Amino acid sequence: MLEAARCIVVRDLLVAWRRRSDVATALLFFVIVTSLFPLGIGAEPDLLRSIAPGVIWVAALLSCMLSLGRLFAADHADGTLEQLLLSAAPLGVIAAAKAFAHWLVAGLPLVLIAPLIALQYDLPAPLYPVLALSLLLGTPVLSLIGAIGAALTLGLRGGGVLLSLLVLPLFVPVLIMGAGSVDMAAAGLAPDGQLLLLGALLIVAAAFAPWAIAAALRISAE
Amino acid sequence: MLEAVDLACERGGRSLFRRLSFALRGGELLRVAGPNGSGKTSLLRILCGLLSPTAGAVRWEGTEIRRLREEYSKQLVYIGHAAAVKDDLTAAENVRIACMLAGRRVSPRQIQQALDAFELADLPVKRLSQGQRRRAALARLLLSQSLPLWLLDEPYAALDAAAGRLVEELIDGHVARGGAVVFTTHQDTRVRASRVIDLDA
Repeated sequence: MLEAARCIVVRDLLVAWRRRSDVATALLFFVIVTSLFPLGIGAEPDLLRSIAPGVIWVAALLSCMLSLGRLFAADHADGTLEQLLLSAAPLGVIAAAKAFAHWLVAGLPLVLIAPLIALQYDLPAPLYPVLALSLLLGTPVLSLIGAIGAALTLGLRGGGVLLSLLVLPLFVPVLIMGAGSVDMAAAGLAPDGQLLLLGALLIVAAAFAPWAIAAALRISAE
Repeated sequence: MLEAVDLACERGGRSLFRRLSFALRGGELLRVAGPNGSGKTSLLRILCGLLSPTAGAVRWEGTEIRRLREEYSKQLVYIGHAAAVKDDLTAAENVRIACMLAGRRVSPRQIQQALDAFELADLPVKRLSQGQRRRAALARLLLSQSLPLWLLDEPYAALDAAAGRLVEELIDGHVARGGAVVFTTHQDTRVRASRVIDLDA
């Protein structure tokens, strides 16, 4: 069972590696969007510092959305999705592995690059770990919830837009908690509460989302 | 071992077949015939559990496949219309991953033998032709000989004569070993089906 999960993760990483440009586009999108704000708003350090957490988090949501559409669509198009549905491991495990692979490719790079982006906003150095930690806890939730939407909109015409409409509202709690934790830390308060809530969201999503993804995949594959 | 009871299938509001019942034992070869759009692929997808029938049930060793889920999936190999190979991976990687997902361990040597039998170079699949992709999909059959049930949707499509003969031999061999095969084809084939279901009738 774990072997099948590992197999999926390795496969998806290998495919992502051979299509590096796809991964790079989502990451570059994040970098460019977050760089546009300081350019547009101008050199007002106080304003930039105060909007930084929100802007970085919103850009992370949108960048994550970019790659979600392909999560199952590619497998659906070449027929490998049918083989995933017929695999020897429970579909929930396969779904969890797909979401994890998506996070490794689309979420983890954001966590790593976010402190660098925060430089442009003159965010105080003690906030970097909080920002990175909030993204570390929050982005896997985005992958898990997003995968449910990706599975539901599979094979639909205009699925991409529908996916955004379906999934972005569900990202709101993650956004509030994630950006809120950095804001708290900036105000000199302990961000533990928000971070713990993000952690709780992650645990709940990790426990239930794979089964929801599996059910959605079965429906879409029919 | 495979039993279909009163199957009915509707696609897009049109009834494809109704009250279809049959039982398939080991060592039997069932050919599903019928013109385009008569529901051959739908029947195969119902038999492997990808599609739920509008009515009726499919049973494996007496238990409904919907309740067996992956326990049933472990018993079968399904070759569908799409080749189910990833463009960016090589033929060998594709075969290895397919076998691992099906819960079987195969050695690199076995994979190489399967690819050699189908005369496939170990190139990324996107550099292969349509027929060669098909061969890469069918190479899984050589590594699935221990599985009791084969469901093959148009196995000969896009294949040349030599590869077609190899598939015929594989099917014959599997039936001789006591396995069950369900397949659809429009081409003439030399394999002797022990039963034919005509969906047009």
